[in-house]
Amino acid sequence: MKALVPIKRVVDYNVRIRVKGDGTGVDLNGVKMSVNPFDEIANEAALKLKEAGVISEVVVVTIGTAKAEDQLRSELARGADRGIHVVTDEEIQPLQAARILAELVKRENADVVIAGKQAIDDDNNQTPQMLATLLDWPQATFASDIKIDGGKATVQREIDAGAETLEVDLPAVISADLRLNEPRFIKLPDIMKAKRKPLDKVELSEFDIDVPKLEVVSTSNPPAREPGRMVKSVEELVAALKDKGLV
Amino acid sequence: MAKILIVAETLGGELHPTTGKAVACAAQIGGEIDIAVFTEAKGAAADAAAKLDGVSKVLQVSNAENGAIRAATLAPQVVALAEGYTHILAANTTTGKDIMPRVAALLGVPQVTDIMAVHGEREFDRPIYAGNAVNRVKAPGDFTLVGTVRTASFGNVAESGSAAVEDASVSADLPAHTRLVGQETGGGDRPDLQTAAKVVSGGRGVGSAENFSVIFSLADKIGAGCGASRAAVDSGFVPNDMQVGQTGKIIAPDLYVAVGISGAIQHLAGIKDAGTIVAINTDENAPIFEVADLGLVGDLFKVCPELEAAL
Ligand SMILES: Cc1cc2nc3c(=O)[nH]c(=O)nc-3n(C[C@H](O)[C@H](O)[C@H](O)COP(=O)(O)OP(=O)(O)OC[C@H]3O[C@@H](n4cnc5c(N)ncnc54)[C@H](O)[C@@H]3O)c2cc1C
Ligand SMILES: Nc1ncnc2c1ncn2[C@@H]1O[C@H](COP(=O)(O)O)[C@@H](O)[C@H]1O
Repeated sequence: MKALVPIKRVVDYNVRIRVKGDGTGVDLNGVKMSVNPFDEIANEAALKLKEAGVISEVVVVTIGTAKAEDQLRSELARGADRGIHVVTDEEIQPLQAARILAELVKRENADVVIAGKQAIDDDNNQTPQMLATLLDWPQATFASDIKIDGGKATVQREIDAGAETLEVDLPAVISADLRLNEPRFIKLPDIMKAKRKPLDKVELSEFDIDVPKLEVVSTSNPPAREPGRMVKSVEELVAALKDKGLV
Repeated sequence: MAKILIVAETLGGELHPTTGKAVACAAQIGGEIDIAVFTEAKGAAADAAAKLDGVSKVLQVSNAENGAIRAATLAPQVVALAEGYTHILAANTTTGKDIMPRVAALLGVPQVTDIMAVHGEREFDRPIYAGNAVNRVKAPGDFTLVGTVRTASFGNVAESGSAAVEDASVSADLPAHTRLVGQETGGGDRPDLQTAAKVVSGGRGVGSAENFSVIFSLADKIGAGCGASRAAVDSGFVPNDMQVGQTGKIIAPDLYVAVGISGAIQHLAGIKDAGTIVAINTDENAPIFEVADLGLVGDLFKVCPELEAAL
């Protein structure tokens, strides 16, 4: 069984981002970039299934700039077998990413896609669901546990009301939530080994991504909160809350 | 003029309060607002939807498939109703996030995730980077606008309406590849986190599941919902449906009390729109104090019972 794991290069989750003064976006200059944390979890899930003998090959895919190769290499170092890099400087929207991934799934004849549930830059939370739809596959989003057996995946999902378990026929798209696993650390020798793992570069022009798009008019800071104050005691806190009519 | 279809959120056959938030957003867009309610049996959810102010009509789609809400079986039903609508919206809950991209992909259109402000029929603000920046986005052309609504950004609508409820049947081929095996829902008697006016949350500082009674007790005293940080959930103190933050629930209560929570950006992402934030923490340098309207340095095991007694 072959798994495709889409990973995205994003600003590291520890970075406090800065909106550019002219409103044209977020300043990425000199900012630390990493693999989207949910995608690390997705890859870890695929690797665990490989170790369990369920999956035979894990292919990691990224759509992004030349530099996104770093992120692909780090997921190869984590243990994926092969990488595909769709190289582009264009800003790719989820429906476009889904179309590219759907085409790669067909080329690769993949049986399961394990993606992150959302990219922490644009926070869209769309691509895996769109991909499943374009392939006419089932989806199990926000997974906190995955079992694959007998042509079916049994997935526990995190939902607002708690948790639920879905059973989907394979092939399927699964998206990873935070509690699915803790990604293993990448060891130095594995980084060296990953340099020799196969990595295909693919041109964006090979894909039909001509779909309606949203336009970003401007990017701004969120509305600032009024500065707060420290209180010295519980009495003072209660008085302040009463003053605001909150208790 | 806009004609908006809202996909209602239901839980156990009842209308979920977040549906009203989507109606509030639609009202700002303007135009005619219809709600589609997908349930197994006719009744409660559709009747509740008909009461939401501003709604013209409720389309009740009742069939056996809708006994279990699944994106793959719901999305084709939504699309079957889509003809003639300029907008299709749902609340940005885990259900909305699951279904709407499927609706968008079936229609071949992009989706606006997490609408937080309306600038026009096709122009909206949405948060990026866990709410640390805001993108104003525009949908050029006239394709069907599919979007999810950030529930924390819109108020509740009144329930004095009396829209007509129509039975709608959809002829869509529903896939058999997805089955719901079971659900474990926390529920409980406390107010729903996403719509509660007051919320008390505990973090890693609370220390254990037993100690969380301090948080529950304070919450009950003031009639608040109960939340938690991811660290508290991951440490097994409380179930995951209580998580507040970027990957948990985004909430906007009038009062938010953060107890033993350091204030990581991912947690703050969930409370940016809260009215008054109160922080109780032993560490005077905890980042939560940078956003707190009222901060108190102190041991939660001393402060919380005192606070409870004083209220
Ligand atoms: C992609 C991603 C998504 C994430 N999403 C979320 C999310 O949705 N929600 C979320 O919350 N986190 C999220 N996190 C995790 C986040 O980064 C933090 O790790 C987490 O919020 C920390 O939780 P905490 O404040 O309870 O714990 P800590 O950071 O350990 O803070 C505990 C606090 O308790 C205080 N304390 C200890 N004892 C006492 C006492 N007796 N009295 C008073 N105070 C005391 C300490 O001073 C400290 O400030 C996410 C992380 C990542 C990478
Ligand atoms: N440019 C991309 N390259 C590879 N994978 C992507 C890309 N964009 C999105 N994805 C995948 O889709 C998931 C959800 O992304 P999004 O819909 O943008 O929130 C991510 O966690 C990735 O697994």
